[in-house]
Amino acid sequence: MSGQALSHINILDLSHHVAGPYCTKLLAELGAEVVKVERPVPGDPARKKGPFPGDMPHQEKSALFLYLNTNKKSITLNLKSETGRRIFHELLQETDALVENFKPSAMPNLRLDYETLSKVKPELVMTSISNFGKDGPYRDYKAAEVVEYALGGLMYTFGSPHREPLKAWGTQAQYLAGTNAAFATLVALHSRDLLGSGQHVDISIQETLLAIIETTALMYAYQGTIRPRADNRDARFGPLVGIYECKDGYISTSILREHQFVSFCEFIGMPELPDDPRFNDWFKVPAHGGDLEKIMTPWFKSQPKEEVFHGAQTRRIPIGPVLGVDELLNNEQFAARKFFIELEHPEAGRVKYPSAAFRMSETPAELRRAPLLGEHNEEIYCGRLGYSKKELVKLKEMGII
Amino acid sequence: MERKQASKLPLADLRILDVSWVWAGPLAAQFLADMGAEVIKVESRVHIDQTRFGALPNGIRGERPYDRGGFYQDINRNKFCVTLELNTPQGVKIFKDLVRISDVVIENYSPRVMKNFGLDYAVLRQVKPDIIMISLSGFGANGPYRDYVAYGANIEPMSGLSSLTGYKDGSPTRTGIPYADPVAAFHAAFAVMAALEYRKRTGKGQHIDLAQYETLTRFIGEAILDYSMNKRAPKRGGNRHSFMAPHGAYRCSGEDSWVAIAASSDEEWQALCKCMDMPELINDTRFVDSHSRYKNQDILNEKVNQWTSRHDKYYVMNLLQKAGVAAGAVLTGKDLFQDPHIKARGFFEEVTHPEVGTYPHHGVSVKLSRTPCHIRMPAPLLGEHNKYVLSELLGIPTRDIESFAQSGIIGTEAAIPAGNLNKTEGGNDARSIVREEGKRSVHHP
Repeated sequence: MSGQALSHINILDLSHHVAGPYCTKLLAELGAEVVKVERPVPGDPARKKGPFPGDMPHQEKSALFLYLNTNKKSITLNLKSETGRRIFHELLQETDALVENFKPSAMPNLRLDYETLSKVKPELVMTSISNFGKDGPYRDYKAAEVVEYALGGLMYTFGSPHREPLKAWGTQAQYLAGTNAAFATLVALHSRDLLGSGQHVDISIQETLLAIIETTALMYAYQGTIRPRADNRDARFGPLVGIYECKDGYISTSILREHQFVSFCEFIGMPELPDDPRFNDWFKVPAHGGDLEKIMTPWFKSQPKEEVFHGAQTRRIPIGPVLGVDELLNNEQFAARKFFIELEHPEAGRVKYPSAAFRMSETPAELRRAPLLGEHNEEIYCGRLGYSKKELVKLKEMGII
Repeated sequence: MERKQASKLPLADLRILDVSWVWAGPLAAQFLADMGAEVIKVESRVHIDQTRFGALPNGIRGERPYDRGGFYQDINRNKFCVTLELNTPQGVKIFKDLVRISDVVIENYSPRVMKNFGLDYAVLRQVKPDIIMISLSGFGANGPYRDYVAYGANIEPMSGLSSLTGYKDGSPTRTGIPYADPVAAFHAAFAVMAALEYRKRTGKGQHIDLAQYETLTRFIGEAILDYSMNKRAPKRGGNRHSFMAPHGAYRCSGEDSWVAIAASSDEEWQALCKCMDMPELINDTRFVDSHSRYKNQDILNEKVNQWTSRHDKYYVMNLLQKAGVAAGAVLTGKDLFQDPHIKARGFFEEVTHPEVGTYPHHGVSVKLSRTPCHIRMPAPLLGEHNKYVLSELLGIPTRDIESFAQSGIIGTEAAIPAGNLNKTEGGNDARSIVREEGKRSVHHP
């Protein structure tokens, strides 16, 4: 494993659900040794969340958990017990960075806040991911993905102007914050070597979203305009940016340049269109968007989407098919890059996973299955901390592990 | 080679060449610049980064519109700018000289471009063996779609996200921003740090090949596993959750005003009923447990809407949060700058730019306890740091620099006739600003 980018880094992972585990997944995929600390019962709540094979709940078969915890080791530890916290301090000695995503009051309540831990180990980097950050009036507010989307400024502009605003599928805000936290953790480790000490990293899921809403914030700051919802359209380009129904699915168009519009007209067999008085001034095309839409909608409806996609791209027209999950798994580009890989898991069997987020020429990522609950107790407690097997049994009986 | 950065910042020892444009690459470089790296943005005066025209203050173009775009300023603060034409031999030579004194090169063109300049990784590693280079292309460095045109709006649907997103009765829906760009940018910034860790240990550089749409597919990972396990994909369901109800955006008083509410347990549901002053719903068999609430969520949503539509979104949010129910006002562009929590955290920072004045910009989303990072300087004017980069960093004699300027290798003016500015890469935005007097939107990569 020494050949991987982060194989010299030890991470202690107290995180659960999505944001923290995605952060440590990124680190683990590049070779960091991530020891995931789970509550003895019932472990990371993502284990209960599913989806499950055949919809049969099983703590080792949750797709969410399996995906988010690849390459990690799992140990169980009850942090609410005095012994548990003592063992935690022992684990900390071998740790470069601690990652957690409890609510901000939780770690101080366990006496495991940064102030306390940094006294024990000044070089420690501690990354905390929370909904709204470690201070401020909403610090202790509850959140769900939809609430983050709302307060992160992404929701208002997303969806139809005539309907309620939307969130994107899944837990996008949490994934994004996890990625930000993985970056931040490495920044803090880099600065540890310069400063000679660690530090606390405070990642707010809300602020991670606020860092990517650019247009919404800038339109108001620079132009005093509240950016509205616009469905799949873009007011500046009329129907040239949109999602259209084809014979066998949907396709997304992104025709932003005059030469692309000219190529597009040729492609749909109407090369005379750019000379039409309604469309011969590129600047005025959106003003006749309704007329253009009457041409585009039925044309797309009569075409198979893959043919449109390749035909358009051959002419350098930016068009892409809307791919369903089933189509992704059979897609030629994903296949050529071997993006989906199969991992064998003793309980869940062979399942396909997205592979590494990027390809490193010297240190390619290697994916390994997620751990069973407490699978590495013996390795870590006996192998690393020097507990005997007898002591391990005793800790188990006490409900510590 | 002294770096022009505060030495206490976490990445103060790094120099990064940012030869990217629009959003994904520049945003990744911004994250690194915010943390204290010296980031030098290499720009063309002919092919201007179109974000330089995005979000012009009140739509006013001025004489140098390319120095006025708010979008450019947002994602290029804390950077230096040198202009170089990479399709000229001198431009390529100066670029290679810069690579020699840099740690990282960031680019986000289609895979053909750097190769055509003669500046792909195979070449750069000859110039500097431990250089780290990251390429953020739409579809990656290989495969049949490698050279396909990749804009935000046509790659997001190819990641799988759009097929899952949208109203229950509607078509697939894009997120309304070129979402693959920032997703790729966060991953890229992480990748660069990981490669630096490896270089620190081994002395070796490397190339990182990042396909923007793959990073987005990573964000629907559980759906991939679900399909692999069960041969099914989730159906579009608007704001519906897989088991929580109520869960969604609810109408509030005032124009186009909304609040998001998510009740995850019986206790939260009961607290919500009390807040709504509808205690009778607590024992209503249609809503008595999470399964019933999920099954009857259409009626349930009507009840919640009845209540919320009479109240202000902030009132609903604060009342529910005090009762222990997750709720959040759906913030508009205007609300972002007035929200008490965002203000208390000091997230938006005011930046004074010599050409356009003072405006708030998004701050730094990595809060570090010992080395806090902020916006230290505004985004550069076109070619603002030509002298610093060529003279101070590379030690090129003044008369050579003057001759570069005369032959157009460098400069501080866009190399486009003024009348044609709106036909350039930035033209789409410049166009809309002209046509609609700044009332319409800004950027679109």
